[in-house]
Order: sequence, then C-alpha cells, then structure tokens
Amino acid sequence: MTIYLDHAATAPINDAAIDALNTQMRKVGNASSVHNPGRAVRKDVEDARHKLSELVGANPSEIIFTGSGTEANNLAIKGFFWQAPKRNLIVTSAFEHHAILDPVQWLVEHEGAEQILIPITKAGVIDLDFLGNIVATRGSDIAVISVMHSNNELGSIQPIAEVVRIAGDIPVHTDAVQSFGKVEFDFAALGVTAATISAHKVGGPLGIAALILQRGLDLTPILHGGGQEREIRSGTLNAPSIVAFAAAAEYAITNMKVNFAKIRELRDYFIAGLKSAVSDVSINSVLDPALPGIVNATFPGTESDALLLLLDTEGISASAGSACSAGVPRPSHVLVALGLSESDADASLRISIGTTNTKAEIDQVLAVMPSVVERARNAFVVSGLD
Amino acid sequence: MKLIAAMSGGVDSAVAAARAVEAGHEVIGVHLALSSNPQKYRSGARGCCTIEDSHDARRAADVIGIPFYIWDMAEEFHDGVVENFLSEYADGRTPNPCLRCNEKIKFAAVLDRAKGLGFDGVITGHYAQMQETSLGRVMHRAVDPGKDQSYVLAVLNTEQLAGAHFPLGDTVKDNVRIEAKRRGLYVANKPDSHDICFVPSGDNAGWLRDRLGSEVGSIVDEDGKKLGEHKGAYTYTIGQRRGLGITVPAAGGEPRYVLKIEPKTNTVVVGSHEALAVTKIVGDRPIWCGPEPTLNIEHRGFAQVRAHGSPLACTYVQTGTEIKVDLDEPLFGLAAGQGLVIYDGDRVVGSATVARTE
Ligand SMILES: Cc1ncc(COP(=O)(O)O)c(C=O)c1O
Repeated sequence: MTIYLDHAATAPINDAAIDALNTQMRKVGNASSVHNPGRAVRKDVEDARHKLSELVGANPSEIIFTGSGTEANNLAIKGFFWQAPKRNLIVTSAFEHHAILDPVQWLVEHEGAEQILIPITKAGVIDLDFLGNIVATRGSDIAVISVMHSNNELGSIQPIAEVVRIAGDIPVHTDAVQSFGKVEFDFAALGVTAATISAHKVGGPLGIAALILQRGLDLTPILHGGGQEREIRSGTLNAPSIVAFAAAAEYAITNMKVNFAKIRELRDYFIAGLKSAVSDVSINSVLDPALPGIVNATFPGTESDALLLLLDTEGISASAGSACSAGVPRPSHVLVALGLSESDADASLRISIGTTNTKAEIDQVLAVMPSVVERARNAFVVSGLD
Repeated sequence: MKLIAAMSGGVDSAVAAARAVEAGHEVIGVHLALSSNPQKYRSGARGCCTIEDSHDARRAADVIGIPFYIWDMAEEFHDGVVENFLSEYADGRTPNPCLRCNEKIKFAAVLDRAKGLGFDGVITGHYAQMQETSLGRVMHRAVDPGKDQSYVLAVLNTEQLAGAHFPLGDTVKDNVRIEAKRRGLYVANKPDSHDICFVPSGDNAGWLRDRLGSEVGSIVDEDGKKLGEHKGAYTYTIGQRRGLGITVPAAGGEPRYVLKIEPKTNTVVVGSHEALAVTKIVGDRPIWCGPEPTLNIEHRGFAQVRAHGSPLACTYVQTGTEIKVDLDEPLFGLAAGQGLVIYDGDRVVGSATVARTE
C-alpha cells in the first residue's frame, strides 16, 4: 500500500489527460507539415493552445510550448538576459526553484551576469522593500526580475502584482509551476511579462510545459532549429502531450474550487494531528495565502533522509530539500532562506497533499509518525564517530 | 531480518544485496557518499565514489526491487579515514585506509545508524565467511583465495561482527559475475577497484606531497652517513628499493632498501636487504574478531601484514594491550602502522596495528 503525499513533486495524471493522450497518439502527422495529416494535427495543437490560453488568461500566441518547466525557466532567464546586452543584473527571490537559480548562476559564471537575491521574510514572502530599493538604485542594470508565483516547499503565494508595479518597465517573469491549476492565476490580470507553467504538476503528462510570453516581445532562443514556436523555441511540437496538457488543465481548473477546499481541510487536519503526535514539531509552511496542500515541518533532532527512509518503509511517500547530482541530501535552500539553521533545515520534511488523498490516509500517517520520529532520533544520536 | 545493504555500485555489493533479498530478508540499499564533492575523489572506471557509481548502485537496487538511499558520510569519512591517513604518514607510519574505513565507517557509523533506524545489520559484498559456533560468531577466509578480504575485516569486534553479513564468502568471484548477469545486474563487467579511493590519480606520493609539503631531507645509511636527498620522507615506504635517487653506490655494490623513516628529522635510512629482516612484531590496539585468546600464554597461528600478503607461521602472545608475534621465518620489510592480522588456520583471531618490530 502506498500513501502518496508528494503531489508537489509530480501529481497523478488524470483521466481526461490519459484519454486525450491515447487519442492523439494514434494520429500521424507533424504539425509543421502542410499536408492533410499535418494540418489535422496542427488543428489539434492549436485548439489545445487556445484552450490553455483561456485557462491561463493569455492570448493563444503568447503560449510557447517547451519540453519542461525547467526549460521554460531557462528560456526566460537566459532569453531576457541575452536580449538586453547592456543590462547584466538578474534579480530573483532567494527561494526560487533550482530551475531558476541554476541558470542564473550559470550566467554569472560564464556570461558576466550579476545576481541579486531578494530575501525572504519570516512570513515566507519576498521582501518588497528590498526589491523597491534595488529597482530604485540599479533599475537600469536589471535584465529581468523573476519571482515565483508560489513556493514549492512553503506553499506561500508571492505578491506578484506588487512586483510588477515596482518593476515598471523591467521585464518580470514568474514561475507559476506550482500555482497553475491549484490557485487563481491570470497572466493578463497580473501583468507579468512572462510566466512558466508545467503539465505534470496539474495532472497532465511529464515533459510538457509552456513559457507564456507577452505578444510582440522577443527572447534569445536556447534551442535553434525549425523555429516552430515563434522562432523562440524549436523542436517538433509534441502534439499528444500538448493536447493532454490542455485537457488536464481544463479538468483541474473546472474542479479547482472544490479541490482547493477539500485539500486545505485535509492539510489543516494533518497539521493539527501532527502537533499532537509530535509535541516539538514546528510548521514552516505558510497557511494563507498559500497553495492548499503544502505542509513543511521540522522534527528537531532528526535528519530528513532518515525520516524519508522510515516513512518509505511504511509505504508513505514524502520529500525533503533537494539532492545534489550524486543524490547526496542537502539542506533545503528554501528553508535556509526562511531563516532556519542548516540543522533545522536538514531535519525537515515536505508533505504535499493532492486531490487523490483521503482522511483515512492522513490518519494512517499520523499513527506512524511518533515511532518514525523516534527511530530517526535514535539514528541521529548514534551516528558520527567516537 | 531487516538489513541495510551497502551498495558501492560494483558487482559484489549488488549480488550480495540480491542474495539477501532472496534469503527472505527485508533489505534497503544504501550508497555511501564519502566525499562532499564527489568529483574530488573521482577515480573513473576504477570505480569508487563517483556520480556514476551512485547511479550504478541505484540502478542495481531498482533491478533487485529494493528501496535505495544515499547516505552522506563525507564528514565521517574525512575525519575518520582521510585525516588519519595523513597524520599516520606524517608520523612516519604506513596506514591501511581500507581497514580504517571498515572499522570506523562501514561497520561503525553505518551500522550504528542502521540500528538506530530499527535495522538489524549491514550487508556488504566483502569476501569472507561467517560461522556460528558454540563460542559465538567467528569469521573465516573466503573460499576464493584470490578475493579473500578477511584481512581488511579483521578490525571488527564481536559486536560489529554480529551486525555484519557477507553473503559472498562461499562463492568464487567468477561465479558472482555470472550470477550478476543472470540476475540482470548490468554492473557485472566493471573492473575491480584496488586503489585508495580518495587518491584518484593513484599517485600516492604526489597526493601526500600536496598535503604534507615537500621539505627536502637527507637519505642516510645505517651509520648516519648522508647518501642523498629526498622531498618528503613520508613518500617512501619501508622495503622500497627503486626510485631512491642515491648516486653513491654501496661498498659491495648490493642494492639498498628503505629501512626506516624518521619524521622528526625528515630522514630516510637505507641499508641492505638483510637489515630489513623482522622476526618479532609488536602490535597495539588489539581487536578480537571472536573469542579472545587466553592472556599471556603462547599460541600458535599465522600472522598476515598485508591485504594480499601470505600467512606467516608464528607464535603469539596477547597481553591485553598488545599482541607480540614471533615469526618462524623472518619477514623482509614491515612498517609501523600496517595492520597485523592473526589467523588460526583460516579463522580470523583478531588484529592489531604494527607498533614496532625487531
Ligand atoms: C516551482 C517549480 N519550478 C519549476 C519546476 C520544474 O518543472 P519541470 O519538472 O517541468 O521541469 C518545478 C518542479 O519540480 C517547480 O516546483
């Protein structure tokens, strides 16, 4: 038996997406071909683009399909940076996903970029005063400001409309991978220049995502080839995944209100139960305004990899901070940005609840939690050299 | 039983884990990250501590169908093995880091953590055999004499031995490779690793020189007469003959060997082959790998001083803090710091660290 509590890592694909994928995979044709099968596939892709654009509050031509959220983030960061040769400063929040922080770091190391990180307040949101200061003093140097719409470890929704107001003419990108399909997200209403969404976080297939980019703007591409997506992104369009992405998003957004309430109720039930099961637990995640299903908690005196191992042996799937390429666990940079010590960050878990979870599952998790924490503490005390 | 399988990414540990699963144990695979920067200890195809190794280990765990985790033991490894390796050399001794790693990491830090998490023990792909006897668990050499690793495991005390599982000791290496293939473990064709995993280039002397400096010192004969110079006494090993860089030939023309390394004066003493002869060895830090031999009486057995060395017939006495060995035939070239392992036939009695010789 598996209790899946890692929906923020990837969500189960929904039936609407599977049906769309199955149907589309049986159709031959390259959407760029002029012949009849090609045209038929192009119509399906463009219908999907149209549907998705409505769901996200954008114009169809503003949607640039990519092979992942990571690619869309890279395209935004590198694209805006290379597009503005006289501006070498990139401003992001300190708790962005690695798919933002790492391309920025790469530009710093290889292309002479400068990076400024916006600190995170105790409330789990960016420090707007800090941003205001940077824009006031260094505005003409800034190539792009990128702040995620909601944080994947804390759940906290960021004041993006404020960021846009402060930014003025400076391009603003937001990584909305965690928000899209779960909370209100409207590209046009927010006024951002660009945004990233990814299918597998909303019940769609893996390996399909989009950068939404305001009309009339150009970005320096990172992939060169057929120029399929506005000459900004090349590669034969992945028609089955695109169609399934739109279907999954439609399903998620149609049911968003109901699911939001249901998941939030489970989250609050879980947090209350956790506090009584483990007396010294502390909750790092943000309750409101926030994604409905994220719980991030510190269990003092433990190490997250021990907690994950023990939960896994109980059939429970959760997650912790990221790992390096060799898989060595590293304390979460998000929690460190929030002000946790490295050892507290290292003693923390993220549990992300989704549409498929039930109260019975939460009860089962709560039942094993005290013994899991106790065993993780035993392992922590004894490890190390004498 | 609930067991942690230490998986290096190589064929032996993968087959060991698979056998334990087949025997009905609940097994979890763990790869030890021993460097905080895996590229630093890179040793390429020789197979230790690389990103590729951790991926190979994960792939093997997936094929076997067991959970897999990476445990970060970089700090423990650095403090317990690498630092010790350096300080031993700085003291003019010749340590064996594999012994140290088994004693302080694999069957200490890892075993302790496993027990804390509610597991019963640790499985590795080492070649040695366990036997349950009326006197408790004892360890014997592996059936494959070419692969036998009982020497590097002789640092385990009875408690560590009780938590250790070596499923491969009864099998020859060739059959382990065949079995890996049959089980679909694609690590089957990787070469064995022999070198020191944290010295990626294999250039031990260069690695030590980078860390301990290369201060010039004298090479002298047994009477103290200067014969030449060297760049760091610790880059020499007792018994070494080549690469001494001495221009003055010996009186009788016979080759000269490193006899002694004196770290305080940074001096290397050389002399004849006969001067290397050792018949009495004293080891300290004794560890008993099973029942402890009776104190202060003579026992017959075999002494082994290198991982792939021969067992040497001897008489030994243990005093509680030392093991004193009297070899039947002299041994040529033995350095302080080496592991001294005592066998009774094929059974490992225990081990000590060579402190001095005569
Ligand atoms: C906030 C955020 N941005 C970007 C990504 C990367 O998206 P993808 O998995 O589609 O590459 C993720 C998912 O891991 C994420 O949570």
